[in-house]
This record gives sequence, structure tokens and C-alpha cells, in this order.
Amino acid sequence: MLDFTMLIEPDNLKLYADGLLTTLKLLLVSLACGLAVSVPLAVLRVARSPLLYGPVWLYTYVIRGTPMLLQLYLIYYGLSQFAVVRDSLAWPLLSEASFCATLALAINTCAYTTEMLAGAIRATSHGEVEAAKSVGMSRATLYRRILLPSALRRSLPAYSNEVVMMLHATSLASTVTLLDITGAADRLYSTYYMPFEPFLAAALIYLLLTWGLVRVFRKLEGRYLAYLAPRSH
Amino acid sequence: MFEGYTGYIVAGATTTLQIALSSLAVATVLGLIGAACRLAPNLLLNRVAEAYSTLVRGVPDLVLMLLVFYGGQTAANALLEALGLPAIDFNQFMAGVLTLGFIYGAYLSETFRGAIMAVPKGQWEAGWAYGMSRPRVFLRIILPQMIRFAIPGYTNNWLVLTKATALVSVIGLQDMMFRAREAGAATREPFTYLLVVGAVYLAITSVSLLLLKWAEKRYSAGVRMGEI
Repeated sequence: MLDFTMLIEPDNLKLYADGLLTTLKLLLVSLACGLAVSVPLAVLRVARSPLLYGPVWLYTYVIRGTPMLLQLYLIYYGLSQFAVVRDSLAWPLLSEASFCATLALAINTCAYTTEMLAGAIRATSHGEVEAAKSVGMSRATLYRRILLPSALRRSLPAYSNEVVMMLHATSLASTVTLLDITGAADRLYSTYYMPFEPFLAAALIYLLLTWGLVRVFRKLEGRYLAYLAPRSH
Repeated sequence: MFEGYTGYIVAGATTTLQIALSSLAVATVLGLIGAACRLAPNLLLNRVAEAYSTLVRGVPDLVLMLLVFYGGQTAANALLEALGLPAIDFNQFMAGVLTLGFIYGAYLSETFRGAIMAVPKGQWEAGWAYGMSRPRVFLRIILPQMIRFAIPGYTNNWLVLTKATALVSVIGLQDMMFRAREAGAATREPFTYLLVVGAVYLAITSVSLLLLKWAEKRYSAGVRMGEI
């Protein structure tokens, strides 16, 4: 039946450890970039002028309506079609799988996070906005002091889902030759021709990571959303 | 246009839609069974259904796809051999559909569970008061009413599932994605073909969103909304 002994050989353990590191690096870098860009985009998304929200709407609509695998392929395989790109200064980066994967993941998470934040900004209770205006806050101050801090906090539960989805999305990096956790399992599969054990081990690692992330977000919610919890006596 | 690859890509789009719709059917059945088990008055069924939805939702689709695709046939045939039955040869289409159905069944079981719980308990009691059996109350009273609550989650899962079908290209199924890569490599225009295929995915999701709006209206007939 199942035989996991070959997985604990030092070389193979190292393959998984390196894979874990690659996965975490992909996840953290893309999440950080995606979140940083999504905050200004969310502010534009809730703007009243179609000139401001239109382009952002189009961006999130297209990204959320197409498979992430396709976006990754477009960047990694597709861009090389154009001589302009091949001759550009960015080519050393764009021909590198890890950069392309991080870029695709960041573009993807940014679109989802933008819509999530925009939803949270819109859901701010109108009393808070009125109160801010009544003390004479400018629009910029209103966003900086009232809308964004509150929207970011209230987005935490939805964001934890997004982070888990992104963790799972990093597995696509293995399709462009990266040796993340899935890539490591695939390598072992083709080396030993064992269909179950390598992927079961990978699945277990992802499960543990998912549980870990969910726990971290529970803690964060307890801290940052305490003011929304029912009053305890 | 597209140097004679139009038909090739269109055939891929058909395959993509076939895979998506077939897996949706499998997932809906598994999701309903899963939700029914989670809500059944039986601890063992609860636990099994909970483990199914938690484990599947905690692992990336691609890993499950590779696991089921590479390992599923071995496992199924080992089981058949143990039962003294002849081995069957899964074709790729079946393997892809079953895998996607298995994965999204877990997500749908959560959607359906929430929707069933959103139907007021009094509806069950009213059904029992008329002497209906549990399954009959479920089919005649609860199911039609839960559809309204399930529609948003169901559509959401359908959209994610449609996009996830692109993964079957990794295991060699000739869907739209696979063919775009092939045509792109043959003509040295990978970007063009991937872009065309992206437009088709976008068209599928757009039409789905329009259908969602229509269905939401249809199944909310007679429901009074609070005025905000």
C-alpha cells in the first residue's frame, strides 16, 4: 500500500522544505504588493466620476472573469511574442518564472482585494461620514482617518478567505517550472512514479498552512474587530 | 483569421463548456448529499461530510487534480480488483469531470447547508404536520425555498468552477486552454491565442452573471424586501 519512507530521505525532505519556502515567498510578496496597490484603487473604485471608477471596474472585471492560469500563461509565455518586450530592459525579469508568477499572483489578488475594500468602504455607516464632515474634515482626512481604517478592519474576515485562496493559487506556479510545494511533489512523482504519496504529503502541508493562516486571522479579528463584537458583561 | 486554427479553438471551447457543465452536475449532486449528511440526525454522517468539505477546501485544486488524476485510476482499479471486478479504463474527460465535481461538491455542500438552514424551521414542522415523510418535506417544501438562498453562492461557485476548468489542460485534456497553448506555440503567437481564449472565458462569466440576475428575480417572487 502507501509507502512514505522515500519522502523522509534527506534529499526529498529538502525538496519539500525549499518548496515550502518558495510557496511562502510567492504568497507573501504577491499579497504585500497586491494589498498596497489595492488601497488606492479601492478609493478610485468608489469615486463618483466614471472616469475614475471606470478603468478600475474594467480591471477587476477582466481579472476576476478569467482564470488565473491564463493570466500567468499570458505573462510567462505570451509576452515573449513581442519584440518590443524581448528587447526591453524588463526582459531579464519577465523571462524569469518566479517574477512572472509573483506578478500574476499580485495582479490577481489586487483585483479581488480592491473589490473587497471598495465594498467595505461603501458599507461604512452614513452616520460616521456625516460626523466626520460635521467637524469639518476634508475628503482626504475623511478617507485617512475614518473610512480606510474602519474599512480595512471590517475587511479582515473576507481578506482571510482571500489569503487562503491565494495560498492555493500559488500552486499554479508549478506549471511554469517553479519548484514550490506542488512542484516538489510533481518532481517526486515523476522520479519515483508514485502517484499518491508525494501529492498526499503536499496536500497535508497545504492543509496545515491553511489552518495556520485561519488561526492567525482569528487572532487578528479578535484584536482589530473587538469593537464590533457583542458586549460581554 | 487565425491561420485555420479557428475551428480548433472553437472545439476547445466546446470541451471547456462540456467539462464545466458536467462537473457542475456532479458537484451539485455531491453538494446536496454532503449538505443533507451535515444536517442529518446522525453523528457519523455529520463527521464524514464535515471532513469531506474541510479537507477538500483546505487543499489547492491543482494538487487534488494531480492526486486524483494520477492516483485515482490506480485506487479505483485496486478497489475493483479487491471486489473481483474487471478494471476499467478512465478516459481523461471522465477523470477531469469527476475530479472537478468532487472538489466543487465540497464547496457547494457549504452553500447548500447555509441555504437549507436559512429556510425557517416552521416549514419543516408544517410539512410533518401534514404527515409528510422527511425526504418528501425536503423535496417538496425545503428544496424549492432554499434555491433563493443558494443562488448567489451557487453562481459564485459556478464562476470559480468555470475558471478552474483551465486546470484540466495541465493533465492533458484538450480544452480551450490546452489548444490555445498548442496553437500559440505552432504559430509563435502565444499572446494572441491566449487573449482570444481569455475573451471567451470572460464571455462565459458575463453571460453567467446576467443569468444570475434573472434567476435571482425569478426565485425571489413574492418576497418582501426591507426598504433601505
